[in-house]
Amino acid sequence: MTITIEYYLILSAFMFIVGIAGVLTRRNAIIVFMCIELMLNSANLTLVAFSSYLGSSVGQLFVFFVMTVAASEAAVGLAIIIAIFRNKLTVNIDDINILKW
Amino acid sequence: MENNFLLTYLIFIPLVGSLIILFVKNDKIPLIKNLGLFFSLVAFIISIVIYSQFDNHNSDFQFVHKFKWIEGINVFYFVGIDGISLLLILLTAFITPLTLISSWSNIEHKVKEFTFFMLLLETGMLGVFASLDLFLFYIFWEAMLIPMYFIIGIWGGKERIYAAIKFFLYTMLGSLLMLVAIIWLAVYAGKITGGFTTDFTELINIAPTIARDLQIWMFLAFALSFAIKVPLFPFHTWLPDAHVQAPTAGSVILAGVLLKMGTYGLLRFNLPLFPDATLIIAPYISVLAVIGIIYGALVAMVQTDMKKLVAYSSVSHLGFVVLGIFAITTESIQGAVIQMVNHGLSTGALFLLVGVVYERTHTREIADYGGIAKVVPFFSFALLFASLSSIGLPGLNGFVGEFLILLGSFKSGVLNSWWFTVFASSGVIFAAVYLLWMYQRVVFGELKNPKLEKLTDMNPREIFVMIPILIFIVWIGIYPSTFLNLSEKATKKVIYQVNNPVNILNNQSK
Amino acid sequence: MRELIYLTVVLPLLGFLINGIFGSKIKNEKIIGIIGSGTIGFSFIITLLAFFETLGLPPDQRKLIVTLFTWLKVGGVDVSFAYQLDQLSLVMALIVTGVGFIIHVYSIGYMHGDKSFWRFFAYLNLFIFAMMNLILADNFVLLFLGWEGVGLCSYLLIGFWYDRKFEKSTTADAAKKAFIVNRIGDFGFLLGMFLIFLTFGSLNFNEVFSRANTFSVSTVTYGFIALFLFIGATGKSAQIPLYVWLPDAMAGPTPVSALIHAATMVTAGVYMVARTSIIFASAPDIMMVVAIIGLLTAFFAATIGIVQNDIKKVLAYSTVSQLGYMFLAMGVGAFGAGIFHVMTHAFFKALLFLGAGSVIHAMHEEQDIQKYGGLKKYMPHTALTFLIAALAISGIPPLSGFFSKDEILWYSYSNVGIIFWLVGVITAMMTAFYMFRLYLLTFEGSKRFGHDKHPHESPKVMTIPLMVLAVLSIIGGFIGIPEIFSGEYGNQFHNWLSPIFADAERKLLHFGYHSHFEELLLMTLSVLFAGGSIFLARYIYLKSPNIADNVSNRFSGLYKTLWNKYYVDEIYDAIIVNPIVVVSKNVLWKFTDGKIIDGLIHSIAKLIDLSAAVLRKFQSGIAQFYALIMVLGIAITLFWIIMSF
Repeated sequence: MTITIEYYLILSAFMFIVGIAGVLTRRNAIIVFMCIELMLNSANLTLVAFSSYLGSSVGQLFVFFVMTVAASEAAVGLAIIIAIFRNKLTVNIDDINILKW
Repeated sequence: MENNFLLTYLIFIPLVGSLIILFVKNDKIPLIKNLGLFFSLVAFIISIVIYSQFDNHNSDFQFVHKFKWIEGINVFYFVGIDGISLLLILLTAFITPLTLISSWSNIEHKVKEFTFFMLLLETGMLGVFASLDLFLFYIFWEAMLIPMYFIIGIWGGKERIYAAIKFFLYTMLGSLLMLVAIIWLAVYAGKITGGFTTDFTELINIAPTIARDLQIWMFLAFALSFAIKVPLFPFHTWLPDAHVQAPTAGSVILAGVLLKMGTYGLLRFNLPLFPDATLIIAPYISVLAVIGIIYGALVAMVQTDMKKLVAYSSVSHLGFVVLGIFAITTESIQGAVIQMVNHGLSTGALFLLVGVVYERTHTREIADYGGIAKVVPFFSFALLFASLSSIGLPGLNGFVGEFLILLGSFKSGVLNSWWFTVFASSGVIFAAVYLLWMYQRVVFGELKNPKLEKLTDMNPREIFVMIPILIFIVWIGIYPSTFLNLSEKATKKVIYQVNNPVNILNNQSK
Repeated sequence: MRELIYLTVVLPLLGFLINGIFGSKIKNEKIIGIIGSGTIGFSFIITLLAFFETLGLPPDQRKLIVTLFTWLKVGGVDVSFAYQLDQLSLVMALIVTGVGFIIHVYSIGYMHGDKSFWRFFAYLNLFIFAMMNLILADNFVLLFLGWEGVGLCSYLLIGFWYDRKFEKSTTADAAKKAFIVNRIGDFGFLLGMFLIFLTFGSLNFNEVFSRANTFSVSTVTYGFIALFLFIGATGKSAQIPLYVWLPDAMAGPTPVSALIHAATMVTAGVYMVARTSIIFASAPDIMMVVAIIGLLTAFFAATIGIVQNDIKKVLAYSTVSQLGYMFLAMGVGAFGAGIFHVMTHAFFKALLFLGAGSVIHAMHEEQDIQKYGGLKKYMPHTALTFLIAALAISGIPPLSGFFSKDEILWYSYSNVGIIFWLVGVITAMMTAFYMFRLYLLTFEGSKRFGHDKHPHESPKVMTIPLMVLAVLSIIGGFIGIPEIFSGEYGNQFHNWLSPIFADAERKLLHFGYHSHFEELLLMTLSVLFAGGSIFLARYIYLKSPNIADNVSNRFSGLYKTLWNKYYVDEIYDAIIVNPIVVVSKNVLWKFTDGKIIDGLIHSIAKLIDLSAAVLRKFQSGIAQFYALIMVLGIAITLFWIIMSF
């Protein structure tokens, strides 16, 4: 069978939802970051799919931006996690509630 | 048009001084104190220069300085003075150096920050009295809140935080409403003349055209902010706390100048901008003023803390001023203007004197005193003098203001009833009661408290601060023409504006 | 010399400043005393010279106004520091500076040794300054300055010994009471001034009084003005209901009582009524009020004076009573007679007080007459002068008091009616009675004091003033001899003052003609009655003292009431003073300020607190909760956007 764009979109939607579910429910901060990466990649997939479907290279160009941002955001986020870990000795985000009123 | 920079120098010299002081090292305290005094004295000298060049017979605004400031909303930097603002500017420039000198002995820590705030405050106060653009006025108005908040909150008494926050929020509430009103006014002006403007001299011609009901709301919006500042009953409850908790210097400035900003605002803005509303609301505000006179006096009578007593006496005295303003006769408004100056002097003196003994005994409770006339004769004399001035003894300054206000309100066509004057006059009885009773409990009688036997009389620095005030108390009492002549034209102009509002819609007077 | 009349005001001020600023450094009492008395002495000489100059001028040229500088010039108000020399102000000025000078000299002796000697003389001079302003002012506001100024000096002088106790409280309390009660009167005076300004458009005497002749003003308005002014007078001149401060004012040194509370300050009210006579004359109802209050006060105070045992208290109530006579005179339209009595009263009342001071000094500050007795032996000069004053005040001819009091009684009869005369005569009888009770118990009889007291005559600096005043009390009446005795000379005093009161008298109703015979008859009767009282007093207090005790025991209720001055002070305290204090404290301060206004503010703050408590639950600190909210928000927004297509 031909793989039309819908398949890609549904796949990336699933990946996105899985990512959200992970962000909202997992306790380990590193896992949360992994899920965020998953969400970003699902967005990438959508962009590439549409780029191919519409025949425009803009989508693929934009993927590069996204990947760069994802990389730097992951780096900064992990650095923050390590800093927090040094102080609170945990990566369980339920325990990091210092901003509670 | 010709721009006169003198006023701008006057307003901003204290600001420049305060910034310079920030750069001085914390431990160079004498240098800081002297710098602070120096800049406030420079401001005073400039104010004298302005006084000497002021033209009594010109009823327009003088020493005008105007340039475009914020293009987008057509806001100008526009300052100028007439007789009324001149008197208040002289008062401010006169009191601030004295306050600074008096604070040298009781501000021990963070002297640099204190001097910084005092100079900042002086800029704010001078700016308020000189602004002729409503937006600029608002900025200066709010600008004096912050230093005062810090002065009370850092160097104040036990409950200073409560008092500082109460003062700040209370005043800001009214001010915000005034801001809304200012913006509305500017927009309205825009609709009428095609240009959004906050220029007071233009709004004088435009604002009176607002429909009567709407004008009343606008009047109230402005008046609320001023009424809280005055303070007018029942918006006065911030004052006792602020005064009691503030350091002596803070109380003197608060009573001496800040309270006048409220009455000044009422006279400068409410009356000419909203003449119809003024004539309608005047009797009601006068009722509040008279209540304030009597209420303030009676509550002052039962106070045990000297500072609170003087604070409530301020409520009572400023009730007279508001009554004078809203009686809208030459005598009453002239009386109100001179009484603003008088109150600054006599209540400032009273606070300074309370501060003198407080520094020595660390108590303000009247019960802790008694019979100190033996040990501190000059203080007793000064306290009597200041009390008599506050009581309104003829020959001293208080009488001139009170007499003119009461006389003016008696014959006022706007108030149209003797009862205002009758009740307000009873205030002179109560003033004598609470002040003389305090005086006798503190100064006369037997010296029972052994701690008081070691009281030292006022030292040369303290005497030096009191003498100029006492001189002016007598000068204004005996020969007030020096001062009344300054504001006469301005007063008559305000009265004219209230009674003959311009109607540019029809291009003729109503 | 007339143009220099303002010096009589300036010199005392100078004396005040010199003694006030440098007095504590000058250790020599003589110098201070000379400065203090000298200024008044010079003022007296200037006044005297001005008087003689004025005598030489025809009556319509006697008024002169000397303006120093403008005081208040605002709107319709235009008053200056300006002094008016006319017949009335000259009389008052002579009294004030003359008697004032005598009392100053006396004080040099009386206050000898006091550590605040300089302060006393400074205050005395300040007082004369204020009093001269009052009587020489050419406008109401300057009069008011003097009016309040004498109130201030009264306060300072009553509380002069500020650390002493006085009866149930302190001298400072007595001083405060004087000032406050005066202020209540001043409140009325102020309202009177405002109404005058509203009605006549000016506050200058000449303008107001000439307009009173030409403007048409309703009697009701005149009535209000007169009433308000009179309220002021009752405060300053201690009439019902505002007399209560005067007995307490005895807390001050005796020269103060003599000067201020007998001869000068308390007569300010009488002077003011005289000055504004045309206004009062235009309000006949208020005139009647004035007369009735004057009469009642005279009677009422005399009854209290009969039973008092403090020598100064008797004299204080006597002053209130005599002031009542003066107002009675004013009220019945006999303005000149009232001023005449001011003058004679100044002589003999000052004499009585100074004599009392002499006794008090000799008896080491003892003031209870029950502890006196037989002092004539030790202080013959004091006793004799005191006797002369007692005779004068009792109205025995040919002393001064007879002429002035009799004139008042006569006019009460002829202008109003027999009742007024009768009450007046009964009061005169009581006056004679208590005065001689005082004299006899103090100077005659056997001594009732122990060996710890060594009374002696006072030094010359004190006794000579007594003698001068005694001479004045004897001959002072002769310038006011009524017509029936002096024939075509007329009543000199009356003639001198008549241009002042001419306008007023024109406005008064004229009563029927009364014959000389009636006048003589009534005069004789009053003298007889007074003489009778004196003999009665002599009988009781000298011959059989038991009678006094028996009577006071028989009528103990009445006696107690009188002795406690009808409990008026206590009544005032209970009805006025205490309620005001209690209400102010609890209702006004604690409740309205504390609970209502501040309560409102605090509840607003509480409200914000509560809503914040609810809202901050959103800040749980859990990152994922925030993320969830974000996701939900985005979802809803997207949904909404899609839906709106």
